[in-house]
Amino acid sequence: MTAIVTNPPLSERKGLPPKRRRRRGFYPVFRVVALILIVLLFILPLVWMVIASLKNNVDIYDASKTIIFTPTFENYANVLSRNNYFVFIFNSFWVAFASTILSLILGVPAAYAMSRFTMHKSALVVLLARIIPGVSLLVPWYFIFANLRLVGGFGVLILSHMFVGLPLIVYIMISFFDSLPLELEEQAQVDGLTPIGAFLRITLPLSVPGIATASILAFIFSWNNFMFALVLSGAHTKTLPVAIFNFVSYASIDWGSLMAASVVVTVPIMVIALFTQKYIVSGLTAGATKG
Amino acid sequence: MTASVTARPTAWRSYSNWANRHRKWLFAAPAMIFTGLLIAVPLVWTMYLSLTDAEGSVRAESDFVGFSNYLEVFSDFNRFWPAVGRTFIFTGGALAAELVLGMGIALLLWRPFRGERWVRVAILLPLVATPVAVGMMWRLIFDPNIGFANQLLGWFGIPNQPWLSGTDTALPTLMFVDVWQWTPMVVLILLAGLTSLSDEPDEAARIDGANSWQRFWYVTLPLLRSTVVVAIVLRGIDALKTFDILYATKGKGGGSFHEVETLNVYAYGLSFDYNDYGIASTVLIIFFLLIIVLMWAVTYRRKANR
Repeated sequence: MTAIVTNPPLSERKGLPPKRRRRRGFYPVFRVVALILIVLLFILPLVWMVIASLKNNVDIYDASKTIIFTPTFENYANVLSRNNYFVFIFNSFWVAFASTILSLILGVPAAYAMSRFTMHKSALVVLLARIIPGVSLLVPWYFIFANLRLVGGFGVLILSHMFVGLPLIVYIMISFFDSLPLELEEQAQVDGLTPIGAFLRITLPLSVPGIATASILAFIFSWNNFMFALVLSGAHTKTLPVAIFNFVSYASIDWGSLMAASVVVTVPIMVIALFTQKYIVSGLTAGATKG
Repeated sequence: MTASVTARPTAWRSYSNWANRHRKWLFAAPAMIFTGLLIAVPLVWTMYLSLTDAEGSVRAESDFVGFSNYLEVFSDFNRFWPAVGRTFIFTGGALAAELVLGMGIALLLWRPFRGERWVRVAILLPLVATPVAVGMMWRLIFDPNIGFANQLLGWFGIPNQPWLSGTDTALPTLMFVDVWQWTPMVVLILLAGLTSLSDEPDEAARIDGANSWQRFWYVTLPLLRSTVVVAIVLRGIDALKTFDILYATKGKGGGSFHEVETLNVYAYGLSFDYNDYGIASTVLIIFFLLIIVLMWAVTYRRKANR
């Protein structure tokens, strides 16, 4: 029933008795080879992207310089200074940050009520946001917000990205609260706290791991979102994915700079992922083992 | 002065009592109203638009045309039905490959080994990468002239492939990209399921002399059924709605011959590239119903199987 299930690494599983069986022969070798191949398959394309971003546009077209070439940071300089990517980085960051915080404020109490009062049907209303195709909302949104003269501002973008983050947060937090024992809250109420007081002072501090998980994922999904920003962002609020997309709408593709821009958008997320791996995994697999 | 000083705590207490008594809805309602409004208003509007001939601008004059848009869409064998077909091929193919590969990788990772942490990081990276950037990355790798994919084939003496620029190869290539990016998600979900299983049934089957394949097929897989359904639902919804990599690699209309135009790309194009709102809304309503029906079918079978 636990919602947060991670496979602890070998070192933390030392308490187990020594393996009952010692596999010999074919399987261990096969396993090592297969795992190496899998890692290479997932990593090499990303490495290729980084390599291409360090080549000038002559070397990219030269097959003899596939791996051996003189690295240059020209593409990064081009992307960051001439194409104003610092502005897009800030936009992406601000939209992801604000939408995550606002989604948390709405989503955490909602998830708490939905978990404690088992409001399955109400939860479905919020989770519907994950199921519905975004395009079917975009046309009406665009015209409602255009009428209110909001299109092109940060407000609409943050609102639309909350639509991505909120269902995610509610989904993760419901399964987190489901796994949190009731006793502590009840004890706090016996000791004189009101139900809301018990939520604020007891449950919320205990929920920090769940909230961290939910916010990291909401941030990542907002950072990566393309479609909403493609329609709703203006010249000054363009986010990174849209900026990268606009790179190729011109006649010929500047591959080096395009790859540099792609590295700029993916690397921050990957660094976050490296440090918060445990949380990301528990968030993505929340509710997966509920039987 | 004195009155307000004494009144404030009382008022506060009554607010507090009220809030505590109604905390269920006080907590749940804001999030529900937020999503409800952002969904309900647009959805009703989209339904209305699907019954009109709105075009060019939503505020332009439009006539109520009843269900003629639906008739038009259902009899459109040029764009609509091929798009339905591509949506199913893309989702079905990618999902099947992700489940099989995901299960294989999850089983490889299941028992502890040295270096586990690094393998896990490696499979997490594609998952968190920005889809648009992923699309651009594969666009370079699959470029027919300068891409690494054809260079690699060349080392084995295989002739160059058109990949993304071929009419028949574009969709399978993008399915491959989807599999590359999202198999890790399936791995993580299945691995969480595998980790939560107890060892006993597997042990018992081993003692009874079952080989590894039999133990997987008759013991582990049935125990894992609900986790597999979760993986299918979560991944299936997203795969049906795939937009980013398709639009980033092939652009408007899913390429010049609409070779990767799925329902989502078709509806987006109708809405924002051609401003044909009536037809776009019709396609979207059909698409939405399709997703609901598919999800209902999967979860209904899940309940029936319990």
